[in-house]
Amino acid sequence: MSFFSGFSTEEKLLQDTVRQFAKDHLAPHIEKLDEEEGFNREAFRVLGGLGLLGITVPEKDGGAGLGAVAATLAFEEIAAVDASTALSYLAHSILCVNQIALNANTEQKQRYLPRLLSGEWLSGMGMTEPGAGSDALGMRTRAQISEDGSYYTVNGTKTFITNGPVGDVFYCYAKTGEGKKDISTFLIDRSMAGFSTGKKFSKMGMRASPTSELVFEQCRVPVSQRVGGEGESLKMMMRNLDLERVTIAGISLGIARASIDAAITYARDRKQFEKPIASLGAIQERIAEASAWYDACRALTYQCAKLWDEGKLVGKEASSMAAKAKLTSAQMATKVGLECIQILGGYGYIREFPVERYMRDAKLIEIGAGTNEILRLIIARQLLGEAANG
Amino acid sequence: MNFEATPIQSELRALTRKFAQTRIAPTVEQDERESRFRPELIQELGSLGLTGIPVAEHLGGAGLGYQDYIVTIEELARVSAAYAISVAVTGLPQVILSSFGSQEQQEQIIPRLASGEAIGAFSLSEASSGSDAASLRTTARRDGDHYIINGTKLWTTQADNADVILLMARTGGSGPTGISTFILKKGTPGISFGKQEKKMGMNISHTMEVVLQDVRVPASHLVSKEGDGFRIAMTALDSGRITIAAVGLGLAASSLEIAIRHAREREQFGKPIGHQQGIQFMLADMKTQLDAARLLVQRAAWLKDQGKPFSTEAAQAKLFATDMAMSVTTDAVQILGGSGYTQDFPVERAMREAKVLQIVEGTNQIQRMVIGRDVLQNREL
Repeated sequence: MSFFSGFSTEEKLLQDTVRQFAKDHLAPHIEKLDEEEGFNREAFRVLGGLGLLGITVPEKDGGAGLGAVAATLAFEEIAAVDASTALSYLAHSILCVNQIALNANTEQKQRYLPRLLSGEWLSGMGMTEPGAGSDALGMRTRAQISEDGSYYTVNGTKTFITNGPVGDVFYCYAKTGEGKKDISTFLIDRSMAGFSTGKKFSKMGMRASPTSELVFEQCRVPVSQRVGGEGESLKMMMRNLDLERVTIAGISLGIARASIDAAITYARDRKQFEKPIASLGAIQERIAEASAWYDACRALTYQCAKLWDEGKLVGKEASSMAAKAKLTSAQMATKVGLECIQILGGYGYIREFPVERYMRDAKLIEIGAGTNEILRLIIARQLLGEAANG
Repeated sequence: MNFEATPIQSELRALTRKFAQTRIAPTVEQDERESRFRPELIQELGSLGLTGIPVAEHLGGAGLGYQDYIVTIEELARVSAAYAISVAVTGLPQVILSSFGSQEQQEQIIPRLASGEAIGAFSLSEASSGSDAASLRTTARRDGDHYIINGTKLWTTQADNADVILLMARTGGSGPTGISTFILKKGTPGISFGKQEKKMGMNISHTMEVVLQDVRVPASHLVSKEGDGFRIAMTALDSGRITIAAVGLGLAASSLEIAIRHAREREQFGKPIGHQQGIQFMLADMKTQLDAARLLVQRAAWLKDQGKPFSTEAAQAKLFATDMAMSVTTDAVQILGGSGYTQDFPVERAMREAKVLQIVEGTNQIQRMVIGRDVLQNREL
């Protein structure tokens, strides 16, 4: 196994670019957008201009031709300023755009990729349903092929869909047979008859990343919108979940880093008992602990991303390792977020300082893209093998 | 040792629960979003005898103890931590004046607060004096038979809705012995409210900056004597810690209840998620932590009711119960998964509210200092 040993020159350049982007285009707006549950649509046009919306898409398809390390890095840098936009960016670039580049046919790529890469169109992915969360294969959305074989009729409801209220295209999974694994993929345009985005959720955090249901009522979808063969999507769906987990860990890292930075600045400046609170042992311990866990999670996450890029992470091992990176990073970020609020005391609890937002945002990553509980299950099954099933 | 609720406690629980369900629950979500406090609810609580529980009957209180008081606070917090805090905060001046006020001050102020007709507040913190309360800078200068108060207070709960504020200001030199307590009445010229803080949660309960510019207060509004303010404030915080701990119990209890219901009803992989050992163990820990916290809170309340020293025990109760509330509400969000993260269920609100309990009435770091000092200096193990 080769170990992650820092970013390449190209990745460092990317880091600078994204950092500057976040400073210029995200930082001035996020506080208000969080409060009003808005969305920074313009940021996506800028990201498109920078060539970053297809970060993992091969250059021949118009993408940046980078990999999981680069994507994780971009999400970390963006999340350190605005985790909502990082989440929406991930849903667009990893859950939809990456999948189109990997799995769609030439015609589909030509129709969708240019607009999705420029930021003209926004996208998301539809898997989770009201009755199928952790049990994703229990999904009930059905796509029934017409007698002449020219279109599918889709019925069902997807829920907790990032970018639901703002997306133009959704990469959606539906059942095309009775079996658990009879899953197919369809590219759904917002304009399709019988498709609507249901209610928008008000959330604890990630409030500037809009979430809603996707509702299919006798939605007619031409066969040409199906990605890959009928009933053949399970594997690519699972593989994408693994990539999602590796890269979303970057969001947790970004949030944690921002929390720790804020706590350090505050601990140095704030005086109580006539000295900076940074001189108190209890404060030092908290900051030291937070930073140690951040570094540990960062090492694991980028190691995992690097192995992914080298093609060394496949099958159950990939699922398990991605689960480990995300499980630890997500828990770390919430914990660090709570600690940093505590270090700021009353100031940590008010909205004038961003640390309470960091914590609210961090909590989502313990739930979205596989709950902590499901990730532990994946890791345990890989370790314990058949015995895990009793 | 007796762990059973007294008939009065059972009655208080039923009465408060019914009130919270019928009068607070219907509007609480909307009010939280709009930071809307309804003073009439405090009046209604007063007419039920719930705003002056630990205060003597001859002053309009219920003449009960903290063991009874915490039952009502917990029940209110199950539905709204903000109203639980409001009742606790309006209780604080009553408790302080009962111990330290002159007969005239007691008779003039307490009955109106105990009946819920008026609302009370307590103002100690400043921008640069939080945990280090003894360094406060607001001054009260004697001028004939008045004091003239100048300064800016921060984080004063419900100051804008209060008729009476108990305020700590400096009348002497630096340090704790230079601080005195004053009764400040609504509408006194020179009092104004700065910004109302936008917070992570607990928005029904307003958190105000209080600006004092040449506020003239009659010398008769000095509580106890000059230099007694820090001692009074610390005693108030000791009592306040018991009520804040009780708020933690309520938040945790209601979140646990919702998590249990969800674990029973939500099916994944063809069975209720409560069948998963991971969920069972989380619920088991939540329940055990909640019960342990309740026992600590009850012990502190019992000591206070017996007239025994309770300062360290109150700090322990506050520390443990509020850390427990943070962890139980966070776990409840986790058990509800995506639904828990939305504002369609009250667990995300509970989690946002729990966080402030670790900060107010002395941060939990300060509680640890109190306990740590005590175990090192005074305790026989």
